[in-house]
Amino acid sequence: MEADPVLLARFQFAFTIAFHIIFPSFTIGLSAYIATLEIMWGWTGREHYGRLSGFWTKIFAVSFGMGVVSGIVLSYQFGTNWSGFSAAFGNIIGPLAGYEVLTAFFLEATFLGILLFGRNRVPRGLHIFSAIAVAVGTAISAFWIISANSWMHTPVAYEMRNGVAHPLDWWAIVFNPSFLYRLTHMLNAAYLTAGFVVLAVGARYLLAGRHLDEARTMVRMSIGLLFVLAPLQLFLGDQHGLNTLKHQPIKIAAMEAHWDGSKPGDFHIFAWPDPANERNRFEISIPRGASLILTHDPNGLFPGLTSVPKQDRPPIHNVFFAFRIMLGIGFFMIAAALFGGLLLWRGRLFDTRWYLRIVAQTWWTGFVAVIAGWVVTESGRQPWMVQGLMRTADAVSPVPAATVATTLAMFVVVYGIVFTMGMYYINRLIAKGPQEQLVRPPKKFSAGPLAAAKGDA
Amino acid sequence: MVMFWVAVLAISMLLYVLLDGFDLGVGMLSGVAGSEPRRHSMMSAVAPIWDGNETWLVVAAVSLFGAFPAVYAILMSAFYLPVLLMLAGLILRGVAFEFRYKTQRMRWLWDVCFSGGSLVAAFMQGVMVGALVEGLPLIDGRYVGGEFGWLSPFAALCGVGLCVGYALLGACWLVKKCEGDVREAAYRLIPHLSVGLLAFLIVVFAYAVLENLPVMHRWIERPYLLVLPATGALAAIAMAVGVIQRQDQIPFTMVVLIFVASFGTLAISFWPYMIPFSITVEQGAAPESSLAFMFWGEGLFVFPLMLIYTTISLSVFKGKIDANSHH
Repeated sequence: MEADPVLLARFQFAFTIAFHIIFPSFTIGLSAYIATLEIMWGWTGREHYGRLSGFWTKIFAVSFGMGVVSGIVLSYQFGTNWSGFSAAFGNIIGPLAGYEVLTAFFLEATFLGILLFGRNRVPRGLHIFSAIAVAVGTAISAFWIISANSWMHTPVAYEMRNGVAHPLDWWAIVFNPSFLYRLTHMLNAAYLTAGFVVLAVGARYLLAGRHLDEARTMVRMSIGLLFVLAPLQLFLGDQHGLNTLKHQPIKIAAMEAHWDGSKPGDFHIFAWPDPANERNRFEISIPRGASLILTHDPNGLFPGLTSVPKQDRPPIHNVFFAFRIMLGIGFFMIAAALFGGLLLWRGRLFDTRWYLRIVAQTWWTGFVAVIAGWVVTESGRQPWMVQGLMRTADAVSPVPAATVATTLAMFVVVYGIVFTMGMYYINRLIAKGPQEQLVRPPKKFSAGPLAAAKGDA
Repeated sequence: MVMFWVAVLAISMLLYVLLDGFDLGVGMLSGVAGSEPRRHSMMSAVAPIWDGNETWLVVAAVSLFGAFPAVYAILMSAFYLPVLLMLAGLILRGVAFEFRYKTQRMRWLWDVCFSGGSLVAAFMQGVMVGALVEGLPLIDGRYVGGEFGWLSPFAALCGVGLCVGYALLGACWLVKKCEGDVREAAYRLIPHLSVGLLAFLIVVFAYAVLENLPVMHRWIERPYLLVLPATGALAAIAMAVGVIQRQDQIPFTMVVLIFVASFGTLAISFWPYMIPFSITVEQGAAPESSLAFMFWGEGLFVFPLMLIYTTISLSVFKGKIDANSHH
């Protein structure tokens, strides 16, 4: 079989960016949790908030470090894998990506250092402020890269001159039509991701009968947060979907496996889309469900896949199944959060062991949902790199398939090592649990996130 | 505005070469350290600052992408393999740094990753500079050289040359930061490495002048620019004196001067070309509105802040390291 360099380049980029997104989606949420703990500690003066903040700060440090390392690769891959794209759209994407990267480093250079190393050295108020600054800063970093990505889905305020996009209005570019929908959906996803991790760790300590003060606080705080955010995500996702229907209707058609736009769409709980025959097999559907969701009318119509030629359709299996994985996890999250809220209200949360056993195991749900969501939106944009303006096949660098395959294998090995070590390390920190505050000052100056976690692990 | 971003890019690249240069050099030298206590001292000499040093690689990459997207697109696609190999080397070496202390049995493997990763990263950087000096095959602003178009005897020579240069930076850094037999061993290496580096620099300069008439004209028209290579030569003499007198601070300062002089010489030789004789600075630059958009945030705030951060990190970590400290 002849390997396709475009497919391989996409696969390589998908691998490195999916690996990367794991860490920001965790650290954005976790930094907000740490900031909350710091504020609670300052406000109530109760020591277990301080212990929890110190504990999660160490885990944050490892994750932030791995996020930075995997992000460095991406800042080069725009060019190594997609030189056609970089040359044509660098005038717009370059500055936005630059803001994202430099926001992250701005943080590392300033407030992150105070958060990681300053606990016993700077005034409490400054430490709390640094925690808040890191939480806001990671969200700002996301702001910029989501803006760049959204522009690729809904490009506006540009002018093409000799095949190169020139920016016309930066305000309109940054706040492009799909930006705020995507940003809120992603930020909320990050908070949900971290919420389920904190919930799982708290539940594990409760089940094991360890660190009970801290465990109850973790479980209570995360249930309180998830009770609001998990249902909110359904609303934000719905709004994002309606926005997508307006700007990228074929992506919606692929998400719903909706072929014929002249009929109302069913919602397929399961189906095996058959692109060759332009129909679905093994359908289990809610009749007119998709029309009801998307047009708020059971007889409403929306474009089907057959409304565009075959070469303009996205790879439907990726989009269709990834969407169902995301939705399934989303509904599990809502159920878990609402039921947890009910137990909390009844005062039964800390001794309903079967519930704790389930949530102790579902720390990964947010990560999988985030990656599935990105597969939906990115695969759903195909065959376009920039919607309607540049095909992915024209964006790729002139590098042969065999070379891409070799470097892909290299990244799988290197990232496999990094990820295994990182997970091992975080697991050790979790097994050890929250510790009493260090009163002695660290022995020597040392910079870098991993160095911070190393102190007493 | 274009000149502002040229300056940002040049400063970022120069700082990267100087800062990560010495810790990549220490990484390569650690491969021939011989014993665990020595290797431990060498790694302690760069441990607190190596990741800060590498941030300049990212600042350079995003400045290039944002301010000179056309150049970024050509260079990254032409240097697909060297760039990705360099990144893999840098990641492996970073991970090895953190994890070698977590194991006794597997430590040798992390040590191989550490020195091997440093060597690969340094070699690839040199190869890319060499290939750029030789000239990249371009048609209509697209690279057409194939996946090994960057590989040539001259580029490979530049790869070796940069490894020698970084090793010299590393040895001078060790002299500055360490005591005892690590310092002595570094002192013994410096003469060999510096002779190697100077021979290499002369070869590259001669090649650039003889192969490219525009470069020759530049130097003949403006002979006063020869002050740069001359500074490098003087620094080399001062370094020799410092080594003979065992003045620990002098060799590193002088090798930095040699690098700055070489960097300047290279830049002046090819100015105003970013990709020699195909793309000039003006042709490669993003439009004014993109450059201005970046200027107000990145240029005015983040870049100066990164400079301050680097200065503070280095000044906090001054003086000799404690040989008995534990990483």
